[in-house]
Amino acid sequence: MVKRILCQGYLWLLLLLLYAPIFLIMIYSFTEAKVLGNWTGFSTKLYSSLFVSGTHHSLTNALLNTLSIALIAATASTLLGSVTAIGIFNLRSRARKAISFVNNIPILNGDIIIGISLFLLFVSLGIPQGYITVVLAHITFCTPYVVLSVLPRLKQMNPNIYEAALDLGATPMQALRKVIVPEILPGMISGFMLAVTLSIDDFAVTVFTIGNEGLETLSTYIYADARKGGLTPELRPLSTIIFVLVLVLLVIINRRASKKKEE
Amino acid sequence: MQQSSYIIEVNGVSKFFGDKMVLDNINLYVKKGEFVTVLGPSGCGKTTLLRLIAGFQTASEGEIKIAGKEITQTPPHKRPVNTVFQKYALFPHLNVFDNIAFGLKLKKIPKQIIGKKVKAALRMVGMTDYEYRDVNSLSGGQQQRVAIARAIVNEPEVLLLDEPLAALDLKMRKDMQMELKEMHKTLGITFVYVTHDQEEALTLSDTIVVMSEGKIQQIGTPVDIYNEPINSFVADFIGESNILNGIMVKDKLVRFAGVEFECVDEGFGENMPVDVVVRPEDWYIFPDSDASQISGVVTSSIFKGVHYEMVVNANGYEFIVQDYHHFAVGERVGLLVKPFDIHIMKKERVCNTFEGELVDETHVDFLGCTFECLPVTTIAPGAKVQVHVDFKDVILQDNEEDGTLTGDVCFILYKGDHYHLTVASDWGEDIFVDTDDVWDNGDHVGITILPESIKVTQVVES
Amino acid sequence: MFGTIRLFLSSRKSWTIPYVIFSAVFVILPLLLIVVYAFMDDAGHFTLGNFAKFFAHPEAINTFVYSIGVAIITTVVCILLGYPAAYILTQTRMKYASAVVVLFILPMWVNILIRTLATVALFDFMNMPLGEGALIFGMVYNFLPFMIYPIYNTLQKLDKSYVEAAQDLGANPVQVFLKAVLPLSMPGIVSGILMVFMPTISTFAIAELLTMNNIKLFGTTIQENINNSMWNYGAALSLIMLFLIGATTLLASDDNDPNEGGGLW
Repeated sequence: MVKRILCQGYLWLLLLLLYAPIFLIMIYSFTEAKVLGNWTGFSTKLYSSLFVSGTHHSLTNALLNTLSIALIAATASTLLGSVTAIGIFNLRSRARKAISFVNNIPILNGDIIIGISLFLLFVSLGIPQGYITVVLAHITFCTPYVVLSVLPRLKQMNPNIYEAALDLGATPMQALRKVIVPEILPGMISGFMLAVTLSIDDFAVTVFTIGNEGLETLSTYIYADARKGGLTPELRPLSTIIFVLVLVLLVIINRRASKKKEE
Repeated sequence: MQQSSYIIEVNGVSKFFGDKMVLDNINLYVKKGEFVTVLGPSGCGKTTLLRLIAGFQTASEGEIKIAGKEITQTPPHKRPVNTVFQKYALFPHLNVFDNIAFGLKLKKIPKQIIGKKVKAALRMVGMTDYEYRDVNSLSGGQQQRVAIARAIVNEPEVLLLDEPLAALDLKMRKDMQMELKEMHKTLGITFVYVTHDQEEALTLSDTIVVMSEGKIQQIGTPVDIYNEPINSFVADFIGESNILNGIMVKDKLVRFAGVEFECVDEGFGENMPVDVVVRPEDWYIFPDSDASQISGVVTSSIFKGVHYEMVVNANGYEFIVQDYHHFAVGERVGLLVKPFDIHIMKKERVCNTFEGELVDETHVDFLGCTFECLPVTTIAPGAKVQVHVDFKDVILQDNEEDGTLTGDVCFILYKGDHYHLTVASDWGEDIFVDTDDVWDNGDHVGITILPESIKVTQVVES
Repeated sequence: MFGTIRLFLSSRKSWTIPYVIFSAVFVILPLLLIVVYAFMDDAGHFTLGNFAKFFAHPEAINTFVYSIGVAIITTVVCILLGYPAAYILTQTRMKYASAVVVLFILPMWVNILIRTLATVALFDFMNMPLGEGALIFGMVYNFLPFMIYPIYNTLQKLDKSYVEAAQDLGANPVQVFLKAVLPLSMPGIVSGILMVFMPTISTFAIAELLTMNNIKLFGTTIQENINNSMWNYGAALSLIMLFLIGATTLLASDDNDPNEGGGLW
C-alpha cells in the first residue's frame, strides 16, 4: 500500500513539475502585467484584447497561419503517408526495408538538419520561400510519422479480408475503400493528430523555410518577440485557450472510446 | 462448341513461386453439384489450387474454366465463385448484417430483397436474430457461420472452402461437418473443400482428390481411396495402415514378412517387388493356432474407446492390429487376413535413379555434387550417365557437415521392420532412403553415398 | 517488358512511387546539398576549408563538445526520471494509465517556445539563477515524454510470463527487474535515447532563451552561420552533426531495429 502511494506520488510529482510552467502561464493570463511573474491583480483584459479584432493583428495572423499550415500539411501527409504505407505493405522485404530506411531519416535527423537541408534546396533551386515552402517542409517531417502509424494497422489486419471483398464482387478500388480504409482509419487519424501536433509545435524547420517576406507563424512570432525582450502578454491567454481546448477535446475522445469499449 | 458437363475444369495447370514449383501439371474436373475435397499435408499445394480457382493468384501454365468459360486471367470479383476462408476474414468494422449484405450491395440489389436474402442466409446457417451483432463479439464457430452465410447469399455456382473448420475445436468441428453436408444438399451447388484432415474428407465428400508435393496422387470416392489406395503415400495418409515390402510370386500370390499369402490381385508379373497394404482392422487376431497365417507376440496394447489397438511382432515385422478383443502384452497370437483385404500396389520405384555425368574413371557428378565411384572403364568420361543407388545404401548423418550434401526428411513411411524416408535434398531432387534409424519429419540431415553403392550405366540415346 | 511495367503500376506496390519521388526531392537531395555545400567555397570550388575552419576554431569545438555533454546529461536524466514513471504506469490500471500517458504528452500542444519562456518565468519566480541548471531542466522538460512513451510501450507489450518465469526460478524482485525486465525493455530505452539525444543535440533558440544568451549550443552556432549567409560553413557544421547522428543511430540500431516493438509510435 505504502509502495503504491509512493509510486503514484512520484508520477504526480513528475507531472506537477512538467505542468508547473504551464500553470504559471495560465495563472498569469488573468492579470495585466507585461512581464510574466508580475501579479497586478485579477483581470480578464488580456482575454478581451485578444478577441478584439485589430489590436493584435499580427498575432492573430500568425495563429491563423500556424493552424492552416498544420491542417494542410497534416492532411497532405496523412494522404501521402497512408498511400505509401499500403504500398510498402505490398512490397517484398528488401524494397520494404529500403523505403523504411528512407522513411526513418527525417525522424532521426533532428529539426535543424531538416530545416537547413530544405533551406539549401529551396535556395539552390531558386524557389522563393514562403507559405508553400513551409507547408512542403512540414509534409516532409510529418509523413514518416503517418507511415509509422498506419503500417501496424495493416500488419494486424487479416490479410484475407481484402481477398474476401474481391471474392464477393468488389473491384480492387471498392475493396480498398470499403474494407482496407475502414481498417486503417484509426492509424490514419492518430497519424493526422500527430502531424497536426508536430506541425503546430515546430519552430526549427519553419524558421529556415519561412523566408523573409513577413510571413509569421506562432513560433516565429514568439521567437521574434522573445528576442526583442519580452513575451507579448496576449500569448498567455492564447496558450491557455489552446491548452484547455485540447484538454477538453482529449477528454471527449477518451470518454467516447471507453464508452465504445464498454458496449 | 459442345457444352461441357463439368462446372470446373483445370487443364494442365502449373504454378511457380520464383523457381519453386508448387503445382505440377494439375488436371481436375468437377461435376456440377459435386462435393469435392482436396486433401493433402500442409505445403502440398492444395490451398494454392483453391486460390487459382478463386482468382487470388493466376496460373503460370495451363487454363481454368468455370461453367465452360475460360477464366484463367479473370480477376476474382468477376468470377462466379465465393470463398470461405480459414480465418473467417469477416470485415471487423461491419456488423453481421452488413458483412453478409456486402456482395449484394455491390450488385446494387434493392434494399428489401437484400434484407430478405440476408435473413434467409442467416436461417440457413442457424444464426437467426444475429443481424445486428458486432462480428468481433461472436465465437469462432459463429464467425465461421457468418462467413459461410456471406458467401452463399451471393448464390455462387461454386463455393470454395479453405480449411474452414481448422480453427474450431473438435466438438464444434464435428457439428459443423454435419451442417455443411446438409447445406450442400439443400443448396445443390458445387463445393470445393480443402483440408488436411483425412477424416473430414472421408466424412464429407463425394470425391476426394489426394495431393502431395504439388501433384495429384489419386482421385476417387472416399470408399475407393480408403480401400484401394493407389500408392503408399495415399495408403499412409488416409487411415492407418500396415505397409510392407512384398514380392508378387505369381498372380494371386504375394510373399511378405516371410510368408506367402493368397490375394486377389493379378497382372503384376512374376517375382515383382510390390508394396503391400493391410488395414489394421482387416487383421483377424486370435490365440495362436493352426489357423494362423503368421504368428507373433503382442508388444503393446492400447484401449481406444471402441476397440483395442495392438502391435504384434511377427517374424521380425511389426503389425498394427485393431480388434474388439483384448490380448495382453506378451501373449502369443495368430494373425489372418482375407485375400481381398490385401491391397497390392506397384512400387513407384525400386531404387534411386539420378541423371549424372561421368567426370573421370572414378568420379561421377550427380545431385549437384561429385561422388567417388568404383572404376568405370566402359564409359568415356564426360558422357551422360544414369546413376542407381539402392534405398538402403544411402547413409544419413545427424551432423550435416559430414554428408556430401544435405537435405530435409519430408516423408516417413514405416514398413513393418524399417523406415522408408523421402529426403528432399538441397539440390532439389528427392532421395529415397531405407533405414532402421528413427528420424523425424523436418530433420536436417547430411547425406553420404559410398563408392561401392553407386552403379553407373550409360544413357542410351534414343 | 511493357507488360511487367503495367502489372507493377496496377499492383499496389506502385503506391510507394509518389513518396519515393517526394523523399528523393525533399529528403535525399537536400541532404546531398548539405554535403555539396560543405565541400564548396564561396566561389563554388571544391575545398576542405570549411572543415579546417571548424577544427582551427577552439570555440566551435568547445561548443560542439559542450552540446554533446548537455545532450548526454539530458538523456541520462530523462532515463532516470522516465523509466520509473513508465514502469509505474504499466503497473497501474489500464484505463487510468493511458490517461496519464496522454497527460505526459499534452504539454506538447503548448508551443515549445512558450513552454520554454514559461520555464524561464518559473525559474525567475522561484528566484533561481538561469544557467546550466535551467538549461538541463528545460531540455528534460521538453523531451521527457519522448523517453517515457517508448519505454512504456515496450514494457506494456512485455510478456508477463517472463517475469513469472524469473520469479519461479527463484529471483527476488530486484533480480527479476535487473535480469528480466530491464534487458527485455532495452529496445524501448534505445528508442527513447534516440528520440531524446538527437533533438537535444540539435536544438537551438531554446538554449538562448533558457540561459539569457549565456550558453550557446552547437545548433545555435549552425543557425547563426546560416543566418549570416555563411552557408558553406553552416553546411559543414551540419554535416558534422549529421555524422554524429548517423553514428549514434548506427550504434543504437546495432542490435535493435527501431521499427520493431520498441518504436515510439
